[in-house]
Amino acid sequence: MLKQTEGSHAIAEAVALCRPEVICAYPITPQTHIVEGLGEMVKSGELWNCEFINVESEFAALSVAIGASATGARSYTATASQGILFMAEAVYNAAGLGLPIVMTIGNRAIGAPINIWNDHSDSMALRDAGWIQLYAETNQEAADLHIQAFRLAEELSCPVMVCVDGFILTHAYDRIDIPSQDQVDRYLPPFEPVQVLDVNEPVSIGAMVGPDAFFEVRYLQHHKQSRALELIPQLAAEFKSQFGRDSGGLIRTYRCDDAETIVVALGSVVGTIKDAVDEMRERGQCIGAVSICSFRPFPLEEVRVALERAKRVVVIEKCLAVGIGGIVSDGVRKALSGIVLKGYTVIAGLGGRAITKRSLTGLFERAARDELEQLNFLDLNWDVVKRELERGKQQRRAGPSAENILRDLAAAGARVS
Amino acid sequence: MFQVRIHGRGGQGVVSAAEMLSLAAFDEGCHAQAFPSFGSERMGAPVTAYCRIDDKEIRLREPVMQPDALIIQDPTLLHQVDLFNGLSPSGYILINSTRSFDELGIGDFVRNFPPDHLCTVPASELALKHVGRPLPNAALLGGFAAISGRLRFDSVAKAIREKFPGKVGAANVAAAQAAYDSALAARKRMTADA
Repeated sequence: MLKQTEGSHAIAEAVALCRPEVICAYPITPQTHIVEGLGEMVKSGELWNCEFINVESEFAALSVAIGASATGARSYTATASQGILFMAEAVYNAAGLGLPIVMTIGNRAIGAPINIWNDHSDSMALRDAGWIQLYAETNQEAADLHIQAFRLAEELSCPVMVCVDGFILTHAYDRIDIPSQDQVDRYLPPFEPVQVLDVNEPVSIGAMVGPDAFFEVRYLQHHKQSRALELIPQLAAEFKSQFGRDSGGLIRTYRCDDAETIVVALGSVVGTIKDAVDEMRERGQCIGAVSICSFRPFPLEEVRVALERAKRVVVIEKCLAVGIGGIVSDGVRKALSGIVLKGYTVIAGLGGRAITKRSLTGLFERAARDELEQLNFLDLNWDVVKRELERGKQQRRAGPSAENILRDLAAAGARVS
Repeated sequence: MFQVRIHGRGGQGVVSAAEMLSLAAFDEGCHAQAFPSFGSERMGAPVTAYCRIDDKEIRLREPVMQPDALIIQDPTLLHQVDLFNGLSPSGYILINSTRSFDELGIGDFVRNFPPDHLCTVPASELALKHVGRPLPNAALLGGFAAISGRLRFDSVAKAIREKFPGKVGAANVAAAQAAYDSALAARKRMTADA
């Protein structure tokens, strides 16, 4: 049913339609309205045959999901920011044990300095933990990806993170089509675990293994992700035939056919990028965009095919890999191995800094003239940076940067008004 | 695309107002997107929320920087926050106040705006009367329907009831109706003067 609702609420409704049996969450910041909504549905009985467990931390949240999933229960949790870092050990365990948990990440920055706003630092920090990572471009896709995620997770026995831009999507009211229970039931069969803790047929899950077996078990995780590369497009195609819309898949291309410049990005910023692409196309510029939905597994082949005929690629990243630059860019570079074209990395939107169409258009125009550096920082206030660097030079004990910059900005604001 | 920016303070229902606007626009078959400015919301702190309305899918995910309409829930923000930044010269300005634009000290600033795009309504007083609490958000949406002509009052009323079911919703609809009538009357006076 088509409705106007908050992203978080739409996700909660989509998760509920997947008939989860255990939902566990640590219910304070960093958390979204998703588990709040699910908690209400469990309490009211709208979501039945489901246990909602309030836990004492994010570490506990995922640990409970691991235990529940190992007994054969369809398990779900959600977190973000410092929350996912706090559960990091369990994140690796869920993947190593091959438990098909689905977890929403309402993407946010990671401190210090403390910041509650959106970027991709949190999910990127755990990108190689063995989970599949899918990034939603819109709230419709965020809702739809959860339905696909349970199916994908359970077919492979591999956990899946659905990454949804915090605030920008989670807190936005949009027009969203929420499917019916019948539709979801036809798409998502009941959970049939490949391994299960059963008192009648005792097994142990999570045995210690030595050098003789660890390597093989870890390789099998990689093998699963290779299978996911085939399965993700199949599930997206099946989703389209049943629900009538494009959601998910490995990548999506936008006006790339004759594009000389192609912009690559993940998540909600792709919407703004598409508007910028349309505007520049109207001015006769050959530009297109690629949205990567599946970041793990990384679709090397599809990215290569989408980009190989372009003259240059601009990768917009909402996470700064300190000391090197881009993370998505590394994958894109690998995909383009042996192909000569210009590649630019642009770090943007950190800690909730708005990524505007105007800034993007200016950036893409400079890219088209090949005026960008290899590594760029969109709308970084260089004056503020220079003044802070200068303070550090003047004085050994210059004090904490975050506080210095806040004082600096306040003083600048006072001068203007 | 029509873009609305709402300014107020934490606790005044700024975010809910943008959400209700989007509900009303959806009800009229439009695409709408509402979202807050993502501050750490505290009672009394300046809060901004946005609503975009269009007849096609809205892909843009930046804050509203060039609004077509401003709804100012708290006039004490006038000299504290750069409320009018980016406002279209033919934009709408709706302020929650018992005072006129001149009395608020912004008469000169708004001189060149179309007079029927400017309006003050005593939304806090109307809310106090009808709801029992000085929460101006729903009332202002009634005022917005009157001056902008973008949304029907009925859609706004339906959105308010959806957000606040039961008695609270009905009381807020009454406040919105009063603000709608007051804004229409003010608009008539203003166009008669002009």
